[in-house]
Amino acid sequence: MENQALLRLDNIHKSFGQTEVLKGISLDVQAGEFVTLLGPSGCGKTTTLRIIAGLETATSGRVLVEGKDVSALPPEKRPVNTVFQNYALFPHMNVFKNVAYALTIRRVKKDEIRQRVQRMLELVQLSGFDRRMPSQLSGGQRQRVAIARALVLEPKILLLDEPLGALDLQLRRQMQVELKNLQERLGITFIYITHDQEEALNMSTRIAVMNEGHFEQVGTPEDIYERPVTRFAASFIGQANILQGVVEEKAEGRSRVQLEQGGTIFVNEALEPGTKIAVSVRAERIDYAKEAGYGFQVPGVIERHSYIGGVLRTTIKLSGGQELLITGANPSSHYPDGCAIQVFWDPDTAAVVERS
Amino acid sequence: MEKKRHISLSVWPLYIWTVLFVALPLVYVVVISFLQRGDTWGVTDQVTIDNYVKMVDPMYGSIFLETLAMAVLTTALTFLFGYPFAYYVCKLPARLRGVMILLLMAPFWINSLCRLNGWMILLKSNGVINSLLLNLGIIDEPLKLLYNFGAVVVGMVYALAPFMILSCYNSIEKMDWSVVEAARDLGASAWKAFVTVTLPLTMPGVVAGCVLVFVPSMGLFFISDLMGGAKTVLIGNLIRTELTAARNWPFGAALSMVMLLATVGIIWVYKRVSGSKSLGDLM
Repeated sequence: MENQALLRLDNIHKSFGQTEVLKGISLDVQAGEFVTLLGPSGCGKTTTLRIIAGLETATSGRVLVEGKDVSALPPEKRPVNTVFQNYALFPHMNVFKNVAYALTIRRVKKDEIRQRVQRMLELVQLSGFDRRMPSQLSGGQRQRVAIARALVLEPKILLLDEPLGALDLQLRRQMQVELKNLQERLGITFIYITHDQEEALNMSTRIAVMNEGHFEQVGTPEDIYERPVTRFAASFIGQANILQGVVEEKAEGRSRVQLEQGGTIFVNEALEPGTKIAVSVRAERIDYAKEAGYGFQVPGVIERHSYIGGVLRTTIKLSGGQELLITGANPSSHYPDGCAIQVFWDPDTAAVVERS
Repeated sequence: MEKKRHISLSVWPLYIWTVLFVALPLVYVVVISFLQRGDTWGVTDQVTIDNYVKMVDPMYGSIFLETLAMAVLTTALTFLFGYPFAYYVCKLPARLRGVMILLLMAPFWINSLCRLNGWMILLKSNGVINSLLLNLGIIDEPLKLLYNFGAVVVGMVYALAPFMILSCYNSIEKMDWSVVEAARDLGASAWKAFVTVTLPLTMPGVVAGCVLVFVPSMGLFFISDLMGGAKTVLIGNLIRTELTAARNWPFGAALSMVMLLATVGIIWVYKRVSGSKSLGDLM
């Protein structure tokens, strides 16, 4: 058998009554990966996680851990643990008892429990908080307790359901780094849910972009960002401009495209003339000047400039009326509002996200 | 200033009501409990503590004990029956939950004596249950289902179970079930998760329910009267008899005072255990 996946989701469907929440999800996760399920709320990412944990049963399809079908096992029999969205700490137990819970249930010896809980609390930097009740902790501290509690059994796979969702931005950034470090240090596989693209891009080894119960694209953060394969993946992550057009001429490894909005561009893909396509270009990849580059012919007018911190954000209106959003360092003084310019980009940095 | 006076004015009826119907009668009972019984009727003006001393008699002691046993048994049974029931109702879809609670409350609109009569029709020797069993040939002669300790327990549990159920329901309904899922996720079986998480977290409702059942079960006299056939004498029955048939008001009053103190004691313990500040939390 070639390179058996640690976790395999095999064509999982899930319906709640008439509503189909998951429409055939398949995914292989290797040991040590940090896989993020990224998508808008209601896309089915929490349901996917709950099916892996055993808190929900799939309507059809299988969950395999190390090649073993665990679909029929109750949650307590699965080698995965979960960090819940709202932490779900036991409010009637102090920090020590919360973290020790899984060990107590397994009747581990008292001494060993104490050692392992202490080690976990050190790991999440909460030593000395043993006797605190969850109600006496801050959001960030509760988060750490939830992580320690889920890690105490040293599970093969840790499931995290928007673990940082309730924290403020600064704490969130800090916890992102800590979580990533923790994952690398322990070598545990993380399946992580978030709807925050920045979080997904900066933590994951792979991202699965989810939409309406299926995966739009699964790939490395760079793949997802630079080479989106669907319109949804392109527009959900980063600031993408999507342009529609028709292929006019095919050449070696590239095609000339006539835009609906007026103008011609090139894409680095050989497509049959007459194919209708949509092209996605990142806001920071677009350039503009008096003279176009790469053989492009896309005239436009500077609509407005605005500063957003370190970069300049420019809106350009194409002749057909569509607005392009561009972030970059072009000085606004050279191209004042209302100035007519040519828009272009390196065809390598654009992705064809639709073809028909 | 103006506002303060306004509030105190609006609260006046409450004060008057409390003084007139709670405080004064209570004082009256306290006073009577320290007086001597009149020869034929009422009381004399002789002050005495005989009424309290008299209770030390083992006969009354055994009545106290039996009352206590009945109250403990009733409370335990209502819990064993009521908690699972409340749990089950909480797991129903919201619409059905309302219906179940309504069904639970509905009997309160019927006089409790009528409801007890219903039980008697079911249980008596030529009643529904016995006739059914006889006709089916399961038994040869009627079972003695009524007029014993068991019948009184049935009546008590029936009358007081809704208080336990509603109280437990209140607590269980507020449960955050993700905590139970966390327990399962960490390796607890469904039962283990219930014992270590659900039950402790719903304890406030259980304790409140116990108080709500335990306290009245010590004072209910008509159930043991009707269903126990006057063979099961509880404090409530004794007080009733002393006040009516025996016409010994002072002793009845003294017994009532002891009951009242016992009740206050239980509520005090409840407040210590649950840490609640107001009795309103009971409901």
